[in-house]
Amino acid sequence: MPINVITSGFATTIQDLGRPGYYHLGIPMGGAMDRFALRCANMLVGNDEGAAGLECVFMGPELEFTEDCTFAVTGGDLPPKLDGEVLESWTAIPVKAGQKLSFDYLRSGARAYIAFSGGIDTPLDLGSRSTYPIGALGGIDGRAVQPGDTLPLGAADGKAKTGAHIPETLRRMPTRETELRVLPGLYWHRITEASGTRFFEETWKVASEADRMGYRFKGGTPLEFVDREPPFGAGSDPSNITDACYPYGSVQVPSGTEPIILHRDAVSGGGYFMIGTVISADMDLIGQLQPNVPTRFVKVDMDTALSARRDRAKALDAVRAHLA
Amino acid sequence: MTSRYTFGGDEHVFVEVSEEMSLEAFFTTLSMTNAVRDAKIDGVTEICPANASFQIKFDPDVIHPDALMDRLKSMEATAAKQEPKLTTRIIEIPVYYQDPWTHETLMRFRERHQDPEATDIEYAARINGYDSVDAFIAAHSGAPWFVSMVGFVSGLPFLYQMVERERQIQVPKYLRPRTDTPKLTVGYGGCFSCIYSVRGAGGYQMFGVTPMPIYDPEQKTGYLKDFMVFFKPGDIVKWKPIDRAEYDRCLAAVEANTYAPRIREVVFSLDEFNADINGTNARLEEALYAD
Repeated sequence: MPINVITSGFATTIQDLGRPGYYHLGIPMGGAMDRFALRCANMLVGNDEGAAGLECVFMGPELEFTEDCTFAVTGGDLPPKLDGEVLESWTAIPVKAGQKLSFDYLRSGARAYIAFSGGIDTPLDLGSRSTYPIGALGGIDGRAVQPGDTLPLGAADGKAKTGAHIPETLRRMPTRETELRVLPGLYWHRITEASGTRFFEETWKVASEADRMGYRFKGGTPLEFVDREPPFGAGSDPSNITDACYPYGSVQVPSGTEPIILHRDAVSGGGYFMIGTVISADMDLIGQLQPNVPTRFVKVDMDTALSARRDRAKALDAVRAHLA
Repeated sequence: MTSRYTFGGDEHVFVEVSEEMSLEAFFTTLSMTNAVRDAKIDGVTEICPANASFQIKFDPDVIHPDALMDRLKSMEATAAKQEPKLTTRIIEIPVYYQDPWTHETLMRFRERHQDPEATDIEYAARINGYDSVDAFIAAHSGAPWFVSMVGFVSGLPFLYQMVERERQIQVPKYLRPRTDTPKLTVGYGGCFSCIYSVRGAGGYQMFGVTPMPIYDPEQKTGYLKDFMVFFKPGDIVKWKPIDRAEYDRCLAAVEANTYAPRIREVVFSLDEFNADINGTNARLEEALYAD
């Protein structure tokens, strides 16, 4: 028994934890931009942490349930309303067939995740239900959710803990001025030392071009390049390289002006140099940044990156322990 | 050639085999990535070869980044000693140069182009010193091409022509990327040709279109039944110029799902190629059309 989509919000897509393994063919891993939030939503409703849910950007959809189930909303602060009554996020909420779920306006963050007991059960493409519209993979016919769609649910195993709640202390949201930790590398040597120092000192702002493929930033000083003779095949612009792979989280700066951080639906390669990579621990945070949010890039080394990664794993374990 | 090793955050090692493009750099990339694949290193999750560089994605909870980097470096010497020889396939790809669909698109984006008065292919022919577009097409479709990278989006191949560097065609990308490119456009940027696997944004010059799908997420196309992506690095491509009538015939065959690309297995040796480029290319073409 499915869920009926009455309105679809702004860019609501079905996402799970993605389809790693095909990046060498230009098919990105995809999956929830804020993986921690999706995992939490799934845990609340008793699903496998990697079950498919909805990723909602800025606005929520309006949904009608045709069967009893449990849902939870996590991620950005997008308060759920059940038949018009505002309820708490980060909480397992039971619903009856015929009830309608809608949302209040977004209070903070950028993306909310809705998990349903049983998980959304659309067909798997390359092992994942994640929507990748460019390659027409996952979701419903490879596209975002539309009004009139029906979302099939899998069989729930009855482990949903009605009323279960994840308190604020166990969550993670961006602060007023966000800090993203970056490990310099890749083509870092292409910019001058002074330019590199300034990149980390200045405050940037999220630009309007910010989506699942990548987040663009503006407002900082253009980078200064070290002079070179363009290598054959690279192109004449100082920011060009012979087309190469792009790591997830890598920071490319076309023409040295506006940094772009590639995210879950990254293009797998191209001809722009990159000055470093956002560490894995901070990738989820990017998915919660709204346009115009002031952002600082913080230079870190590998030990810090690995220790931050361990901290994120501990934070997830704390949620697991809290709900156990 | 000494490779440069660097980390892409805590989950990627990025190896630049060479700053500049060459068949040698591409072959080193291919043999290194093959060696890494064969080594089945615990914690390595993705192996992505590019034109003259490659990237290894890994799980740092399984293998320490420094340990992986050391392991990769230790493999370089062995890979370098391997004979640059490859058993691969040569594929004929029909191209309808100067087709009406890419023409309509390029006219829509003229203000983003270096030479708004000319078409993309007229511009490319002129700046590469060809007397006519026909002579340029003869050069583009003359010698074969290596698929030197698959990526950007959904199975898009980058192709590098198998000719001396003096004969390499070079064309800058659009001044500002287009927001639209027809599906299956044969494009050009820098020293690379490409086929746009899906419709979308793009910055490469547009020369024509192929009727032959190279990406099919539904896997209904006969020759894409086993996997949705057609190309892999190391494939060799020979463009075949076709006219509108032939394009329509190919398209009808694609739609009836009877289209079968001409594909033959070949062995390519970089040493033989460097010793006799024209002779090697002639032998490859012979193998493609022998039967």
